[in-house]
Amino acid sequence: MSTTTARDLADPAPAKPTPAAPRRGLRGSRTLNFWLFTGPFLIGLALFVYVPIGWSLYLSFFEARFTVTPEKFTGFANYTYMLTNPDFVGSLGTFTVFAAFIVPTTWALSLGLALLVNRLRFLRGFFRSVFFLPTACSYVAAALIWKMSIFSGVRFGLMNTVLDWFGVENIAWLADPSPPWYWVVIVSARLWLQSGFYMILFLAALQNIPGELYEAAAIDGAKPGWQTFRHITLPQLRATSTAVVLLLLIAAYQAFDEFFNLLSKTTWGRPPLVELYYTALGENQDYGAGSAGAVILTVLICAVTLLQGKFLGFGKGEGTT
Amino acid sequence: MSATSNSTWSRRSLLRAAAGMAAAGSLAACGGNNGRGGGSGSGENLVQYFHAYGEAGTEQAIKRYAAAYDKAHVTTQWITSADFESKLFATLLTKNAPDVFEFHPQIQMVRSGQVADLTDLIAPVKDDFNPADIASHTVDGKTYGVRMIDDPQFFFYRRSMLDKAGVKVPQTLDELIEAAAKLTTGKVKGLFLGNDLHAVINPMIWSAGADTLDDKNRIAYHTDGVVDGLKKMRSVFTSGHLLLDAPTDYWDPSALNQGLCAIQFCGMWAMPQFQKALGDDWGIFPFPKVTDAGKPSVYNGGWSMFVNAKGENVDAAKEYVKWLWIEQKKYQEDWATSYGFHIPPRTSIAASASKLKSGTPAEGVRLFNEFGHFDNIGWTQAMITSLEDVFADCVRKDGSPEAALDKADKAVGRELKKLFG
Repeated sequence: MSTTTARDLADPAPAKPTPAAPRRGLRGSRTLNFWLFTGPFLIGLALFVYVPIGWSLYLSFFEARFTVTPEKFTGFANYTYMLTNPDFVGSLGTFTVFAAFIVPTTWALSLGLALLVNRLRFLRGFFRSVFFLPTACSYVAAALIWKMSIFSGVRFGLMNTVLDWFGVENIAWLADPSPPWYWVVIVSARLWLQSGFYMILFLAALQNIPGELYEAAAIDGAKPGWQTFRHITLPQLRATSTAVVLLLLIAAYQAFDEFFNLLSKTTWGRPPLVELYYTALGENQDYGAGSAGAVILTVLICAVTLLQGKFLGFGKGEGTT
Repeated sequence: MSATSNSTWSRRSLLRAAAGMAAAGSLAACGGNNGRGGGSGSGENLVQYFHAYGEAGTEQAIKRYAAAYDKAHVTTQWITSADFESKLFATLLTKNAPDVFEFHPQIQMVRSGQVADLTDLIAPVKDDFNPADIASHTVDGKTYGVRMIDDPQFFFYRRSMLDKAGVKVPQTLDELIEAAAKLTTGKVKGLFLGNDLHAVINPMIWSAGADTLDDKNRIAYHTDGVVDGLKKMRSVFTSGHLLLDAPTDYWDPSALNQGLCAIQFCGMWAMPQFQKALGDDWGIFPFPKVTDAGKPSVYNGGWSMFVNAKGENVDAAKEYVKWLWIEQKKYQEDWATSYGFHIPPRTSIAASASKLKSGTPAEGVRLFNEFGHFDNIGWTQAMITSLEDVFADCVRKDGSPEAALDKADKAVGRELKKLFG
């Protein structure tokens, strides 16, 4: 990537011999050029990302109810409130359990799908598309289909119909939290929506593994199947796997849509963003407490990302494989 | 980056600069569009928010009334029920806030200056309103909303199913639980209280002889009777006789109409649909008493019009509300009785509403008058949410009612302190 850009930009080099004849009046310094190119995007970034972050930091120290321009300074009261609020602390727990489960599961499922599709001799394009298609579906639409037709609690819901064939009583999948069947609904929806996309990433990586490696391994007496997979395929996929895990973690942090739509008005199964939504933007309109929660969450995310970078070495180049 | 070491301007880099400028220009242009169709300064454009009513023809009706108003151009936003509160609350803080919106009376909107004082509008016709509908919208002598419709909520049941199972209309919560058990068969569940059970929270509290807040705005729901009621609700939730995760919620008559259950909690508005689907095979009863000290109760819900006090067109918005919801009695009657059934808050309109004079609709009006509880303006959305959490924690989840109520006391106490000191 970087080499082609450099070559491309180096192309107008012949301009050097004629410094005395600039084309137009716009003769800028390097600094001017820099700001000219990055300026518009920096402005956008500052306006839509940094200002809101700064603002919520400001709000988190005020009593801001029904207003975003508060006057009453309250110090760390909002922070103590959020950190002693069992719902918010519980939501952090919920998220941890969810991430610990969904990240490895999606990783394994999409890798499995990629291996299967990669093996196909016929209809590979067809299956690739079929598995990728759900990625194009909106989370909200999928959540509604899951809630109203597949996991509906009435006797004609799809899952309850299937269970009925085996003589199992109707299950209220979402309304009744014990046993927590709602996880089945959430996890299956997310797997269906996400696996296809990561499968494509793995598929591309699989096709990049040089065939000679497998041939050499075969000559050395490695058995096809698990041994080859364990010692050749998996190490070759290391860079892609790291990227996929990182992307999955970020996606898990951002979990909102399906939780919001599937589990409305509960006190359980709420990831932090849903909890904060209800605190700040929902019915309570407590922007101070909501902002404090957002700051706490941001600090946590930063810490986790830094730690992950340290352990997995993401972004340090691919030379490690 | 290293390639920029070339300090002279080439044709290509000039082109790029131009493109960058163009991008910056289009970004700046975004600022002028506030989605209101322009001309907002003249006061001739008004925006009104309505939640999506389930009955056919309602959206057209609201737009028809708006079109008949000639002093301003009124745009209607018809918002899905589940998103209505969040969308309303969030936009009220912005420049895109509606000028006029429907909601329920809640004091925090008055305290934070979000709703305009409508006392003058109502004054000439004050005596024509149901006094309870004035009282529930009044804080310190000022009235902040105009009631459009009153919506009592009660249980609807299939006469034939109760007869077949030999069940009488329940007089106590225990009898209701028993009836649910007897009415449950392989295909039909005995009872439907909505998917999250939230509609019956207040009726259960009232029927247990308690209230949300007392006259002095102190917590009044934390009583032994309510704890008792919560335990009973937990038993019916786990009994297997309750319809759960239905495709529609309590406000939609489908659960009963489609034979998914024998008794459903719903509201007056659905009566025309019950009449159409079930003929005469249905009746109503109030939320039965929970304890011996309690008495049956009905929640007199409903919707009112409010004017956004922080909007740009407060006066024009007030004029519109006055025209439609004070002066145009024909439209008010049409709105209350032509789609769903609602009780008109205006005594003069209620007197002429012939559809509510006989049969089960008349019975509904009787329950409204005899057992009805109106909104308490001091009971705010945050407090409503706290009690919803109580139901989530100790009815749908196996928590202790005492602990759940203690948690609610903390949250409600925090609100009360902020609102009343």
